[in-house]
Amino acid sequence: MRKVYVVAGGVSKFAKARPDKTFTGLVREAYQEILDDLDMEAPQLNELIDSSVTSYFSDHFQRQLMAGIMGQDYLGLIPKPSHRVEGGGATGGICFQEAYKEVASGDADITLAFGFEYMSHVATWKGNEFIALASDVSFDYPVGGFYSGYYAMMVVRHMKEFGTTPEQMAHVSVKNHRNAYYNPYSQKPMKIGIQDVRNAPMVAWPLTRLDICTMSDGAAALLLVSEEGLEKLEKATGKTLPKVYVRAIGRGTDAMRLADRPHQTFDEFYKFNALESEKTSEAKAYYKELFEKGFKYPGVHSFRAGRMASKQAYERAGITDPAKEIDFVELHDAYTSSEIQTYEDMGLCYYGQGGPFAASGKAFLPNVEYGLTLPEKSQVPVNPSGGLIACGHPVGASGLMQGVFALWQLQHSIEKHFNNNKLQVPNAKTGAIHSHAGTGTYVTVSILQRED
Amino acid sequence: MDDKKKDIKMRVNEGLDQGTVLFNVPFPKDLQKLDEMAPIIIKQPYQIDYIHSYGQDSPFFAGLANKVFLGTKCTKCGKVFPTPRKSCAVCGSPCEWLEMPKEARLHSFTVCHFGSESFLKETPYILALIEFDGADTLFLGRLVGVDPLKPSLDWIGMKLKMKFRRLSQFSPTDVYFLPAD
Repeated sequence: MRKVYVVAGGVSKFAKARPDKTFTGLVREAYQEILDDLDMEAPQLNELIDSSVTSYFSDHFQRQLMAGIMGQDYLGLIPKPSHRVEGGGATGGICFQEAYKEVASGDADITLAFGFEYMSHVATWKGNEFIALASDVSFDYPVGGFYSGYYAMMVVRHMKEFGTTPEQMAHVSVKNHRNAYYNPYSQKPMKIGIQDVRNAPMVAWPLTRLDICTMSDGAAALLLVSEEGLEKLEKATGKTLPKVYVRAIGRGTDAMRLADRPHQTFDEFYKFNALESEKTSEAKAYYKELFEKGFKYPGVHSFRAGRMASKQAYERAGITDPAKEIDFVELHDAYTSSEIQTYEDMGLCYYGQGGPFAASGKAFLPNVEYGLTLPEKSQVPVNPSGGLIACGHPVGASGLMQGVFALWQLQHSIEKHFNNNKLQVPNAKTGAIHSHAGTGTYVTVSILQRED
Repeated sequence: MDDKKKDIKMRVNEGLDQGTVLFNVPFPKDLQKLDEMAPIIIKQPYQIDYIHSYGQDSPFFAGLANKVFLGTKCTKCGKVFPTPRKSCAVCGSPCEWLEMPKEARLHSFTVCHFGSESFLKETPYILALIEFDGADTLFLGRLVGVDPLKPSLDWIGMKLKMKFRRLSQFSPTDVYFLPAD
């Protein structure tokens, strides 16, 4: 596999509805940011691009089949190679990884990844119906298909197993909405407290409206290049570009039906799922006790797909202690609860410790005032951009949006792009992006690295 | 010749209930100002009946209509799936049908105060993950007979019995659950 650099990215303004533009217009808006960043005109960059990969989640929302090619031709990239990828909420993350493969395999030197979703075509509750069609339509959807309900059942089990509390979940909401306050691209910047989250209208017990992301219209794009591609770009722009590369990718899957998730033993967990960081005697003793209390893995409280994606990415990157070796994470927080579950899958803490970890302060940024009493210092900021909860979740774009914000963190160019430096993770060198589908069916984890 | 002239009449979109005739759409004399125009937004209704076959899963729904709850069991590794599947999720081998016990327990649940459009009128309703003795996975169903406005973690582990809808709708909700005691 060849080394792949991520050189530039762009995000359209996300909003509940963007009637001022069609989806192709939103894609063009995101692409314009790449052009501006590289100080290039479209014909100049278009000529250099070898291929593209495009992502959008739902043909139902879009009500336009083959929408990917419309983005391609709107950008003026025809007749170059392109294909569309789809994988539920992980659509954008999969798009990133497929674009990586285009370049890593030698098939292309310069590839554009672009993704979008236009969700305002339908009203919110019809939109929820479309999303719920991403559950088994024979066995899940007819029972009361509603994603917030599925996630609520998962976290209720998490609460029962581990004592996780709604207040711990609310910490995630406070953090991400507050981070978004300094991100001009975000859809829902808010200064709120724990009680605001708990007092918001109940959607699916115990998740309130402020525990859940909203629907959005938006697009995002990233440019991935080989060493040769980088040379071509540097020659064309006359500039030396900051070097951020893809250190490793990982992907995992699990059963579509939540009810079908296995309930494995301690030995099976250690055989198939444990991370390097969980193989110390101290970690093994912790897990031994957990399993003796009746814990089964992954059950419905944990995302095995997220774990396997992390495990593959870490093994390929040579990361053995993720909480110490990763400087920040942009992860798929469609729900505050799933951010907590994902801390555990990604090995930022052990399974069962996600709740206390959320309230500890370790996932918060050092330079933002949250109005909370946090017992510990910032260690590995999670969703410094504000995440899906506060930035918005135009599904096919979300995973790429994470890539763009992670790139800017690693370029140390947050100030340039956000017009303020509040969200810049100091000395960020290693970042992880995590994109997640369904009730944890497809999950991608990609590690981005700033070159010294 | 006269017939052909009639065909010239505009016959576009007559079968679709879409769009609205708008009057006085502002239109500038200066074409450079067109980009400042507010977007025109129209409604496009879309309705469809899907013909859905349960295929190899059909016996499950026939079972519910006859007050029998069927799961499947892997012919190789022996895993038991109360949400039936004819191909094993663990080892990929074929599965065979078996009847599940009548008694179950609550594994997890939620109370939905909102829902997808089709379910909004049923709120608040309780979604429940059901566990059976001897099964390796769960079943998603509806729970009734508890107060949806007083949810409690203490419900988890509760013994449940199943009931079958008298007039079968050939939906997984033809079976539902309520406290055994």
